[in-house]
Amino acid sequence: MKNNLRQVFRSPKFVFGFSIIVFLLIFVLVYPLFNPGDPLAMIGRNSFIKPGLYVSTYDSLNTMDTYTFILPDAAGNRIANRLSPDDRVRMREYLLLFGLPEDVIDADDVEGILRLWWDNYDESLRLGARAADRQFYARLDGRIRGLLTSYDMQISNWDPYLNEYTEGGNVRATDYVNVGDVANTIFLPLGTDNFGSDMLKKLAAAITVSLQIGLIAGTIATSIGLVLGLLSGYIGGIVDDLIMFIVNLFTVVPGFVLLILISYSISQAQRGATTVAVVIGLTSWVWTTRSVRSQVLSLRNRDHVNLSKLSGHSLPRILVKDILPYIASYVVMALILQISTAILAEAQLSMLGLGPKTTEVPTLGLMMNWAMIYTAHLNGSWWAYYPVILVIALISFSLNLMNTGLDQVFNPQLRD
Amino acid sequence: MNSEIMNTGLCLSGTGVTKVFGFGDKKTVAVNNVDFKFHMGELISIVGESGSGKTTLVKMLLGLTSVTGGDIYFMGKKRDISSHHKKKEYWRGIQAIFQDPFSSFNIFNKIDTVLLDCINMRGGRRLSRQKKRELMSEACGFVNLKFEEMTNKYPFELSGGQMQRLMIARIFLLKPKILLADEPTSMIDACSRSTILDMLLKLRDETGMMIIFITHDIGLAYYISDSVYIMEHGKFVEHGTADEVILNPKADYTKRLINDVPKINEPWEFRKQLRKAVN
Repeated sequence: MKNNLRQVFRSPKFVFGFSIIVFLLIFVLVYPLFNPGDPLAMIGRNSFIKPGLYVSTYDSLNTMDTYTFILPDAAGNRIANRLSPDDRVRMREYLLLFGLPEDVIDADDVEGILRLWWDNYDESLRLGARAADRQFYARLDGRIRGLLTSYDMQISNWDPYLNEYTEGGNVRATDYVNVGDVANTIFLPLGTDNFGSDMLKKLAAAITVSLQIGLIAGTIATSIGLVLGLLSGYIGGIVDDLIMFIVNLFTVVPGFVLLILISYSISQAQRGATTVAVVIGLTSWVWTTRSVRSQVLSLRNRDHVNLSKLSGHSLPRILVKDILPYIASYVVMALILQISTAILAEAQLSMLGLGPKTTEVPTLGLMMNWAMIYTAHLNGSWWAYYPVILVIALISFSLNLMNTGLDQVFNPQLRD
Repeated sequence: MNSEIMNTGLCLSGTGVTKVFGFGDKKTVAVNNVDFKFHMGELISIVGESGSGKTTLVKMLLGLTSVTGGDIYFMGKKRDISSHHKKKEYWRGIQAIFQDPFSSFNIFNKIDTVLLDCINMRGGRRLSRQKKRELMSEACGFVNLKFEEMTNKYPFELSGGQMQRLMIARIFLLKPKILLADEPTSMIDACSRSTILDMLLKLRDETGMMIIFITHDIGLAYYISDSVYIMEHGKFVEHGTADEVILNPKADYTKRLINDVPKINEPWEFRKQLRKAVN
């Protein structure tokens, strides 16, 4: 046993897959410690807030300590932030129409192109091929007028008793605050989803739940498959016929269709994560039974089993002590594959809207489902589904890799 | 000898024992309507080539496979192994040594487990640990193994000869009335072979058990057995005392088997024929 384990951990494939899973598990266990709270809490009021560090505007204006920095490119950055590269390309188009030589205009030099624009833009010239273009240039001109100015900004407070604005403060263009001094900041490494919940926090919770679903479903499927396979293979005769009849029945009806039908017949309110896991487990034991049975068939006529019989051992004891150890590595491999399939099955079910109910726990499938319903893929909110896809792929990949590694250790034909 | 004495001395007998595998086109008759009477204390050899149904017969006698037709009588009474309890009782009286020592052991159990199982089966479950160790080392001593070297080892750490001797130690602990030895020496080198055979014979002398020796080696059968059964295609073609059968063979199959035994000083029958053909 010890020797087997040592061999398993010498297989690079297994170790690689195993470390991915361990890494995910550590992340899932440790991240909630640093970022506690309900993963489903809707902290944002907008949907699909993009990833980044968010600083409270109110608090940064009210921060006691402001620092003055004179940075040469501050003004340029400020303009660039307001003026997208597309806008600059359109400005260049106008200036070319106006008749400026091509080499004078550089769309990358924000300040230069702005000055050229102010010097040369004249609405009365009505340059532009289409009316839409002419209107666009007019709007652009309105938007960027006064961009290069760096006057101070006045803050006024509304006083409801006096019913008037009072002067609150003065913000200069060169004022800076330390992010650490701002009372309220929020860091969203993966932004938020459509509900406004922290994606990373939700993802950590979803990985936990999905792995649990996989483990429960995998364990159920493997134990049913193992028990039925052992009995059917070892006892044979009418027991074998009966079990194989049931197995064939389940094989003919595609497991996923069965899964959909069962999930559909359980109402949304009653479909918890555990229920879904049990349903997945109950519909995916078939091939484990078949393969365990065939392994047992080849084992049951071995001499050591006969000897065990002759020593007067009972049927359960022979199954557990003389047959199970010989197929244990195979069963572990089947379990790993079942876990992986169960996680994928949950994702598929949830994509169809037949997954666990959404109000209690997030799962990887549910996150994908919501991202799809709220068209995250159409409005460019990659953070709402790419990380989830990546995690599902990673889990599936690492489990399959572990399986291949184990196969190479335990199957002498595949050994290098 | 009248028939009554014959019957009281009967240990294992069978009438019309048949085993059929498969149905219809795939039907194979492995053992075909076989009658036999084995007596107390005898050493019987069943000789036949591979595929003649020897092992199937052994499995039926042991109760490891079902019998398609016919009856088997154990100690004068019809054998009843319908429940686990009755089977266990039956196996206290009949035990076996298998052909391949390497596959006879559960590689996940230590050697002690095998021997302890035997002590338990003989009703020694309540014995003190010290007593159990004594029994085990006595059994190992009988087959010239040192228990101190065997204990806490796994079967795969032993050689084939050691494993097969351990099997005999197992029989020594169980002391059954009948021992079925299914080609116990075929997977072992010639040196260990004679040791194993000597031990089997010594065990028989000590406990007076009946041994049914299954082999394809007719010379060996002649050397050790009291009576010999020759088996061909699931049938006994000839049986009698060893001298009768081997010195005076009647069936063609027996003659062929005897001719096929290689003799050191004589050229082989096959080569004689070859030479004849060349000349």
